[in-house]
Amino acid sequence: MIDNHILGPVFIHLFTAIIQLICWRKTVTQRFLSVGGSLLGLLLAFRLFSRVEENGILTMNAANWDAPFGIVFVADLLSVTLVLLTSIAGFAVSIFSSVGLSRQRMLYGYFPIFHFLIMGLNGAFLTGDIFNLYVFFEVIIIASFVLMTLGGRKAQLEGAVKYMAMNILASTFFLTGIAILYGITGTLNMADLAIKIQAVQNKTLIGITSCFFIIGFGIKSAVFPLYYWLPSSYHTPPSAVAATFGGLLTKVGIYALLRVFSLIFIPDDFTRTLLMVMAVFTIVTGGFGALIKTNVRRLFSYLIVCHIGFMIGGIALFSQVALMGTVFYLIHDIMVKTNMFLIAGVIRQLRGTLDMNKLGGLYKDYPKISLLIALVLFSLVGIPPLSGFWPKILLFQEAFTQQQYFFVIALIIGSFVTMYVIANMWAQVFWKNTPEGVTIDDRFKPMQLYRKLLMILPIAILAAATLYIGLNAERVVHVAEQISNELMDTTPYINAVLGTNR
Amino acid sequence: MELLLILVIGLLYAGGVYLILRRSMVKLLLGIMLLGNATNILIFLLGKITKAKPPVIDESYKIFQDIYADPIPQALILTAIVISFGLTSFAIVLLKRVYALVDSDDLDDLNTPEEEDL
Amino acid sequence: MKSAILQTATRYLLPILLLFSFFLLLRGHYYPGGGFVGGLVASIAFVLHSFANGTESTMKILRYKPISLIPIGLGISALSVVIPLLFGLPPMTGLWFEQPIPVIGMIGSSLFFDLGVYFVVIGVVLTILFTISLEG
Repeated sequence: MIDNHILGPVFIHLFTAIIQLICWRKTVTQRFLSVGGSLLGLLLAFRLFSRVEENGILTMNAANWDAPFGIVFVADLLSVTLVLLTSIAGFAVSIFSSVGLSRQRMLYGYFPIFHFLIMGLNGAFLTGDIFNLYVFFEVIIIASFVLMTLGGRKAQLEGAVKYMAMNILASTFFLTGIAILYGITGTLNMADLAIKIQAVQNKTLIGITSCFFIIGFGIKSAVFPLYYWLPSSYHTPPSAVAATFGGLLTKVGIYALLRVFSLIFIPDDFTRTLLMVMAVFTIVTGGFGALIKTNVRRLFSYLIVCHIGFMIGGIALFSQVALMGTVFYLIHDIMVKTNMFLIAGVIRQLRGTLDMNKLGGLYKDYPKISLLIALVLFSLVGIPPLSGFWPKILLFQEAFTQQQYFFVIALIIGSFVTMYVIANMWAQVFWKNTPEGVTIDDRFKPMQLYRKLLMILPIAILAAATLYIGLNAERVVHVAEQISNELMDTTPYINAVLGTNR
Repeated sequence: MELLLILVIGLLYAGGVYLILRRSMVKLLLGIMLLGNATNILIFLLGKITKAKPPVIDESYKIFQDIYADPIPQALILTAIVISFGLTSFAIVLLKRVYALVDSDDLDDLNTPEEEDL
Repeated sequence: MKSAILQTATRYLLPILLLFSFFLLLRGHYYPGGGFVGGLVASIAFVLHSFANGTESTMKILRYKPISLIPIGLGISALSVVIPLLFGLPPMTGLWFEQPIPVIGMIGSSLFFDLGVYFVVIGVVLTILFTISLEG
């Protein structure tokens, strides 16, 4: 079905960013615009989600050019779910950054760039054209470069160099893959590619092309041999930025992998083995990396890597149940990881440091905030009935059915390491007494009440979303099941895009 | 023509990879630029090279009668060039800032020890 | 670098190049040209001026900071993208005035898109070049 309004969540952030650029250096106006624009984007995303859930896949042919010739935007259930989650996370982060950022960073244009980033994310989820996907990826990485370097402390710039080099390299791989794909098939529309690629005789060439995509998206989503840029850069920017990056940017890579490897390249044995090996090593190395870190944000960065492995493993298993697990984990992970970095920001405001050796006594001083944080930490670990528990069950089940025992072991290791790391962090940061000789630099207590509320509110919003996912898992499972059906059988997608032009 | 372009692409990729593997920041940037250009030429090559056949239909026909130069790869290359222009200029400014701060061109000097974290 | 020849030449070249850039912008619908090329030519005119007379004097003749062109251009382009939605058409569809206008020819929403691109390109290129040249 054709609906011309599916790009609403993209345009709303574009216009918010433009108006904010016009209000350059007026930080108060920009804050209001940012929260207002994100709220509007959230409402539009909700509307889009419910429309797609009701009516099935919606498409839009840009500039009225019919499907394989023009750029087409497709809103299927996977896309709109991710748009919705991005909007929720973006809304929470924009509230948090209105109080959690230094004025200096706002003067250099934090808010417009942030909205360009969210625009790029929404666009990447909604596009049905592989080159357009590349363009939106570039919008995302240019915006993220600026966010990464804003403020310009030494550590931040060092992290930015690594981040920049690896991400440009990933884009080059992605572009090379697109070039070869265009050379083989002569089309860029993903639905059209899905049909034309089946007619190609030279299967080896297609296999090699798919490796370009695995490497390109693998760098972006931080899988095993390609993830080293992430832990060495994500701890450097301010917490609001790190929350957007940690929650959303690596997940775009996962989305792209899901889309490309369900629609264009159907994973064969080689690809599945490759992805499985990557997944196992990602979980194990990411988990072990988290074990030895004493800085809270470095620890969270390694946990991102560790949990990316769960989702890659689901793609490698490539069955209906496994994809259900991957999609459910994706939904859970975006909410929780965004929240984790916001929590790190709050801890820094409370104590002035993120070094676990110097932290302590938070539970004694702030019991209510600590309990809220505990809820998020529990769902990250996956204590039933919170949100992290359900997708792991699905992944375990499918890994046993397919007798992928290495993955089962990796899942167990990953889960236990996460539990140990988080329990250790809880004990160090919240339960133990403040170490002697450490002066507490509490910037939270002297704040005005509304600022305190604005800082805690986004964490509460995301925690509520996590609780909803966990307690109302039946509904989320239903959505995930529909998405995995869409991914396993792509005929409805292709029909919706190409219509009668096949 | 094709063979020449293939050789050029190979050389550019090889040079790019070599430069990326050096420790200097400027060479890293140059390597990334070479890789980008190699990819652009690859797109151009894979769009099938035709000489003096513009994609314009003759007035007396409804459809193309002959092979024609594919305009899409050129549009793709133009987009990719614009994007890499933005990325490269940003990278130059970033590397200049880093050089002013660290006073070194060596990537190995970019590792602040963990104790200095905030 | 102060060269009398270059300075005198730029004095005449600057308006000619700007005129040429505008010509490229207007021609873009049916012939080679368009907002991106036009914007590049226009910014090259200013870059040439800054080579001859120094960056400070170029910023003086521009009066406004080039970065302020970016939101204006983005705004024009984005509006021309979404205007077709009001007529029930998909975004980016070309809407045209029925009557051609002398000299310019047909006017449509794609011309405004190009105009926005023109401003954005000038703004971005000049901002980048001024930032790099003033830092060094």
